[in-house]
Amino acid sequence: MPASVLWAVDLFGHVYTLSTAGQYWEPCRDTQLEFKRVSAVRQCCWGIAADNQVYVYVCASDVPIRRREEAYENQRWNPVGGFCEKLLPSDRWPWSDVSGLQHQPLDWVALPSPHWEWESDWYVDENFGGEPTEKGGWTYAIDFPATYTRDKKWNSCVRRRKWIRYRRYKSRDTWAKIPSKDDPKQLPDPFNDLSVGGWEITDEPVGRLSVWAVSLQGKVWYREDVSYPNPEGSSWSLVDTPGEVVQISCGPHDLLWATLWEGQALVREGISRHNPKGAVGSSWSIVEPPVAENGIMHVSVGVSVVWAITKDRKVWFRRGINSHNPCGTSWIEMVGEMVMVNVGLSDQVWGIACEDRAMYFRQGVTPSELSGKTWKAIVAGRECDRSHSGSSSSLLSAGCFFGDEVRGSGESSAPSDTDASSEVDRPGPNHPHPADSLDSSRSYKGNPALGPRPGRPTAGAEEKADKAEGPGGEPRSGPVCAPAELPWTNIDLKEPRRVPGHSTPGLPETPGLPSLGLLPLGLEEPYGAEDHPLWAWVSGGGCAVEAHTALKWFSAQSGLSPAMQTLAPPVTPAQTAAWRKQIFQQLTERTKRELENFRHYEQAVEQSVWVKTGALQWWCDWKPHKWVDVRVALEQFTGHDGARDSILFIYYVVNEEKKYIHLFLNEVTVLVPVLNEAKHSFALYTPERTRQRWPARLAAATEQEMNDWLALLSLSCCESRRVHGRPSPQAIWSVTCKGDIFVSDPSLDLEAPEHPLPCDQMFWRQMGGHLRVVEASSRGVVWGLGYDHTAWVYTGGYGGGCFQGLASSTSNIYTQSDVKCVYVYENQRWNPVTGYTSRGLPTDRYMWSDASGLQERTKASTKPPSPQWTWVSDWYVDFSAAGGTDQEGWQYASDFPASYHGYKTMKDFVRRRCWARKCKLVTSGPWLEVAPIALGDVSIIPESPGAKGSIALWAVSDKGDVLCRLGVSELNPAGSSWLHVGTDQPFACVSVGACHQVWAVALDGSAFYRGSVSPSQPAGDCWYHPSPLNRRLKQVSVGQTSVYALDENGNLWYRQGITPSYPQGSSWEHVSNNVRKVSVGPLDQVWVIANKVQGSHSLSRGTVCHRTGVQPHEPTGQGWDYGIGGGWDHISVRANATRAPKSGSQETGAPLEEACSGPVQC
Amino acid sequence: MTDDKDVLRDVWFGRIPTCFTLYQDEITEREAEPYYLLLPRVSYLTLVTDKVKKHFQKVMRQEDISEIWFEYEGTPLKWHYPIGLLFDLLASSSALPWNITVHFKSFPERDLLHCPSKDAIEAHFMSCMKEADALKHKSQVINEMQKKDHKQLWMGLQNDRFDQFWAINRKLMEYPAEENGFRYIPFRIYQTTTERPFIQKLFRPVAADGQLHTLGDLLKEVCPSAVSPEGIDGEKKNQVMIHGIEPMLETPLQWLSEHLSYPDNFLHISIIPQPTD
Repeated sequence: MPASVLWAVDLFGHVYTLSTAGQYWEPCRDTQLEFKRVSAVRQCCWGIAADNQVYVYVCASDVPIRRREEAYENQRWNPVGGFCEKLLPSDRWPWSDVSGLQHQPLDWVALPSPHWEWESDWYVDENFGGEPTEKGGWTYAIDFPATYTRDKKWNSCVRRRKWIRYRRYKSRDTWAKIPSKDDPKQLPDPFNDLSVGGWEITDEPVGRLSVWAVSLQGKVWYREDVSYPNPEGSSWSLVDTPGEVVQISCGPHDLLWATLWEGQALVREGISRHNPKGAVGSSWSIVEPPVAENGIMHVSVGVSVVWAITKDRKVWFRRGINSHNPCGTSWIEMVGEMVMVNVGLSDQVWGIACEDRAMYFRQGVTPSELSGKTWKAIVAGRECDRSHSGSSSSLLSAGCFFGDEVRGSGESSAPSDTDASSEVDRPGPNHPHPADSLDSSRSYKGNPALGPRPGRPTAGAEEKADKAEGPGGEPRSGPVCAPAELPWTNIDLKEPRRVPGHSTPGLPETPGLPSLGLLPLGLEEPYGAEDHPLWAWVSGGGCAVEAHTALKWFSAQSGLSPAMQTLAPPVTPAQTAAWRKQIFQQLTERTKRELENFRHYEQAVEQSVWVKTGALQWWCDWKPHKWVDVRVALEQFTGHDGARDSILFIYYVVNEEKKYIHLFLNEVTVLVPVLNEAKHSFALYTPERTRQRWPARLAAATEQEMNDWLALLSLSCCESRRVHGRPSPQAIWSVTCKGDIFVSDPSLDLEAPEHPLPCDQMFWRQMGGHLRVVEASSRGVVWGLGYDHTAWVYTGGYGGGCFQGLASSTSNIYTQSDVKCVYVYENQRWNPVTGYTSRGLPTDRYMWSDASGLQERTKASTKPPSPQWTWVSDWYVDFSAAGGTDQEGWQYASDFPASYHGYKTMKDFVRRRCWARKCKLVTSGPWLEVAPIALGDVSIIPESPGAKGSIALWAVSDKGDVLCRLGVSELNPAGSSWLHVGTDQPFACVSVGACHQVWAVALDGSAFYRGSVSPSQPAGDCWYHPSPLNRRLKQVSVGQTSVYALDENGNLWYRQGITPSYPQGSSWEHVSNNVRKVSVGPLDQVWVIANKVQGSHSLSRGTVCHRTGVQPHEPTGQGWDYGIGGGWDHISVRANATRAPKSGSQETGAPLEEACSGPVQC
Repeated sequence: MTDDKDVLRDVWFGRIPTCFTLYQDEITEREAEPYYLLLPRVSYLTLVTDKVKKHFQKVMRQEDISEIWFEYEGTPLKWHYPIGLLFDLLASSSALPWNITVHFKSFPERDLLHCPSKDAIEAHFMSCMKEADALKHKSQVINEMQKKDHKQLWMGLQNDRFDQFWAINRKLMEYPAEENGFRYIPFRIYQTTTERPFIQKLFRPVAADGQLHTLGDLLKEVCPSAVSPEGIDGEKKNQVMIHGIEPMLETPLQWLSEHLSYPDNFLHISIIPQPTD
């Protein structure tokens, strides 16, 4: 889970953020402005500044916000001049928009605001529907409004071409003023309140937001067209209200509440996917305040909660809120007196107490208990005088480890109970804190040197005036300032930095401070609970607090450095310490000294057989297949050489006769957990059973029992094969469709030219974590992508998940979570009387079914995929189904097993719609998140293990942006930052081969080659269109010299004719069908996941296959060798550069030479 | 990449090549051949010397056999000390194999405890375990364990089964996340130069200021003579040895306790004079 931030404004108008991974309030990077309101979402924060202007702060990202401007140049053929700009009078403009109706010369296209810049000049688009046009980019047609083609025909009378120019949003990480070029009459008075929400109503366009504002006159305004690609929106439009509004709050979904001057609340009705601001004529409902004499002063809404503050500062929770009843049913009074509350992500709540202006977090808010349990004070300090760059990096570099500045990510994933005892329990907000800061600040007033100072926190304006006298607007933060000049010394001044002797009596001094500045982890300052900032406003709309997040906001840090060590940053200083090295080294020496010459001595303790027995269920090998109760026994014994081996006996009863089967664990190639809602089972494969496609399947009564067996068996397998610790950097990684990760250390003869190791004999062991994709490189850098598109980098540990204790490394194991959707389909049939109903024909599918229609799946009966998953959302209509949907999400077809379309025609007698529900899994594994950009694909350069320099890593974001990671190395596998590589369309897949050959596949299925990529020019210069294939490609993989692509129908293609001078090659050669995924390695070895493989007993879908006979002269090989399978989804062999040892005569030196003289040279 | 887990394995599988010879005064029917054995460092002499006993009993008359005991260079070997500790303390500077003399008579009542059966070893081992957990977790962990877990710890040691032992012992090495270590570190410091059998005091793994205590801190506090007096030539006079290695004095004590403790969960630290050669 990425670190996210809470935004807040103090009484002086300074904006601060507090990271979920951090423990300090960090000043907003743009400190020029003072604010009275902020409203944040994940990617940006809107605010009203002291100048009453509206600003938006778009958080920096490595992926630019860019928008394409387009214009069409239209020409008509005439016999005299050929194609020319002279059009017929009835024709369109020579320069127009796509429809031809709008006159649009290139120089008419202007930047919408000063916050944008042009990325480049206009250029002609030479890509037409995924295929390159001829030079010039013209497309031809018989006449205007017509179908255009790439080729000029005899009857092509008109032609047009598309000009493209990109503009880029440049005002990031800074407050950008929202331009008010609207009609001045429409925008009369300054804004008073503002709220951002609505991001969950619709995903169209990407990152759409609802921005609502209230003017001083009490009018409500809606900002049109605010979205990720258009962060500023376009214009303000007035929304009628029945009264004068003072404050407004917009939830992530369809809740919108406002408060009226008279003290009632207004609830907006009719907000929906199609009308995020409510339909024209939508009305407001009025909700009366809980107590008539104390009107509502403030409201804040979430997905399905409403919190309010009345004029007497009491806090209220609205009961009974849901989509159908946005007004709720009744008010419940909550404990505490607050000036404001704010509902953030997942309905978490923050509040600012009335008494001491401290910030509180509502603990225990869960979907089942939305009102939470208690208010808990956030006592995080501010780190005003740490350098901005230093503090910001701790926020953004969550995925960057091995550096000094690391904290953040590692700690955020620590178990949530870590702060249980150290937290400071402040009394509730309506009990003033004993050492209240106001009191101690008032004590300064008695000091003549300080002079009279405003002592009331509400006098914010005067405070600001005072403050402005100081140098640089932050007079309190530097050690140069004498305390005598400073009001509120106890708020901002950092004790340790003060000149000794100036320390004021009465302020708490923490003992042992001077040494704290030397701590490497940046724990410089203890903030006593007494010194808390005074807050004015808080916004949690961008702050994700989840159940397993360990927040460090609640404990005053007293500079305990070992506390940091136990929370284990990725590489603890201890790990690199000399003492540790010495112990390792001495133990090795000791073993050598005491054992080397004495191995022939007898062992004092004879290794006995150790047996673990238990009761499991076994999926019977013969018909009728069913689960039968069995006794199992694992016998472990140790040979004379110390090697361990084990046999698993399965005792069953058939016809009242006791029988057994046994498995030698040194023959087991893989153990696969098969968790589903019904059974906690796992499968054991041996080479024999892999060929049969029939594993031995065992089930335990509980998940715990299954994990125990799995861990024990896995450990025994690893021991008998003497495999333990971190996998080889050259390891082959794979992922199953359940997200389980497996890794196999390659044997030397895996890629031998003759008699390679059959791949059904490869031993796979499981690695903790949950991923969809994993990609490795031979220099030990491994990245993974989750189902929720989160990027993860391998930490070098092993174990995690169900592998605890000995099967797991002590460090480098972190919490990992993943989110995926479960789908059910609602099916309806049309009948002449009632139209579409849920009454089908007797022959029809279930009216609630899975995608195939064969299985019944109702919303109520559908459970998360396994007990590891929990629901994190309610059912919602999925509008993104392939083929499109209508406004209610329906897809139509003539009959059930048919292709669906998103609109209704006369012939459509059936319709269906897809319901999705998100579920989440929390596990652990050797993975650290690479925040914040979500990825759809990733590829690491295949290299020889000894290669130097930074490691090329390319990725495609979940939105289709192509990215190149900078600074990736063995020591910093997460890299440092992304470099955005511009494309004219969203991409789906990228692969970087040896010598920086980068190939990619766009979302429309066309292939691209990136030119001039080199270590000095890591992003290359431009995209080339290699000659196309009339198929939509979906994946490409580039090895040493071989380039393979996969089309959407499962055909595997090899690129022919690649030479150093023509790296795009000439044509695609068909290699195989039945392929789901391909991975080409650094030796040009080809491995795939095959769709279906028939074994002697059964058929498996998703099988690892190795291309045999791949030679430098025969790069496409001859056939397939089938390996582990049944549910495999992804493989990466891109780390395996292990060549077979040269075997005598014929092969001498050949492979190396071949590699060097290959078609592409480095 | 080396992992802390490997340390546990290395510690467990430490072996001392040993040559057992029968005491010259023992009366035998025929000449007794020396007996060679790899002794597990983490185990106890009387637990792993059944074969030795059998070997020498073959050449002796039944009536001459009483309780077996061992001696090295005149020092009777205490069976209730782990083998590795005995070796480090008494013989670490001598050549391998370790020459142990086997006795069957004149049991040195003053120096040794009797070891009537394996149950005595088990009782001793379990009481050490319990004492260690009392120091570490106020006995909470060991008391929460079931009888079979206790048995598994003992059987793991007796049968030299690392996995079996550590599957349970792991729990004894855990500590609450909000703490930075155990309550007290179970340790014993042995010196050959003093009469006192060993030093054992209460010592916390973390200092009041939050700093982790190191091995050096411990020695300075409880056994200053081991670290402070340096020779005239500036050479250190003593070796601080655990499991046959000399960890640096900067090593955090908590880490040592988790990784270099003997199976009885104590850190047995030997302070021995620096060999002169």
